[in-house]
Amino acid sequence: MSVRVGVVTFPGSLDDRDALRAVAAARAEPVGLWHADADLHGVDAVVLPGGFSYGDYLRAGAIARFAPVMRLVIEQAAAGLPVLGICNGFQVLCEAHLLPGALARNDHQRFRCQDQQLIMERTSTDWTQGYQPGQVVVIPLKHGEGRYVADSPTLDELEAEGRVVVRYFGQSPNGAARGIAGISNPAGNVVGLMPHPEHAIDPLTGPSADGLPFFTSVLQRLVA
Amino acid sequence: MTRVVVDVMPKPEILDPQGQAIAQALPTLGCAGVRSVRQGKRFELEIDGVLTAAQRTDIERIAASLLTNPVIEDFVLRIEDDDVVDTGRPR
Repeated sequence: MSVRVGVVTFPGSLDDRDALRAVAAARAEPVGLWHADADLHGVDAVVLPGGFSYGDYLRAGAIARFAPVMRLVIEQAAAGLPVLGICNGFQVLCEAHLLPGALARNDHQRFRCQDQQLIMERTSTDWTQGYQPGQVVVIPLKHGEGRYVADSPTLDELEAEGRVVVRYFGQSPNGAARGIAGISNPAGNVVGLMPHPEHAIDPLTGPSADGLPFFTSVLQRLVA
Repeated sequence: MTRVVVDVMPKPEILDPQGQAIAQALPTLGCAGVRSVRQGKRFELEIDGVLTAAQRTDIERIAASLLTNPVIEDFVLRIEDDDVVDTGRPR
């Protein structure tokens, strides 16, 4: 039985096609989900892709969080459904309170688009078990509002519980608190990060294939 | 008609790079002495007739959940209106 991984397309999503391609490259079955769907079509995991859902109106991710499909994603995530939010998807997960904190405008006020070195910290999540702790990878990022913020008790809790999944290696591209690039929920089934692993699955089209283990990890988790 | 105004501002401890960029531009426009600028948002919600207590509760809920992200923003809600008392006369 093949593992079905859904990718949600919101109005304004950009990276849904690359996310579907990454799912296929990991040898799972990609399933397109529509923001207005009231049904998850039996998928085993969900990716919320990058882009500018609803034009980033109000705040990035603020409107997408109320899309019909998100009601199911929020409900199923609480029951253990693996959910990965990339860039705008991470912003949606924070707005939906599936992950703590928020993504604010980059401290230098510029849109940043570059290949980024990252250090993998938590490798026990559904999406990162294919990495080694401390492994340094190169994955592109591209955002104007990627500065992770949360109050100090929340940051301390994330650190204490080992829920910082990915940290920027070297200079921070956006001024994120404690260099945080991605975090998980306590159970490790919900992960959000600003960099784009779906753009780094094939050296032909990205700087590396370092992002592919995000997609193969969830497959291993689901067939295990 | 009643107008409910919701002013949303970044929390004081949250860095506001947009406000900083504006503040840095001011001296070049000949505006001196401004120590800092912070940028927020203003929402105006227009209600037919007089605002009921239930509507006010609804709007406060929406202001705290949709209009504001409480992690990074605070809001102030006020009723901006000169005819809260409905006289029944045509306007």
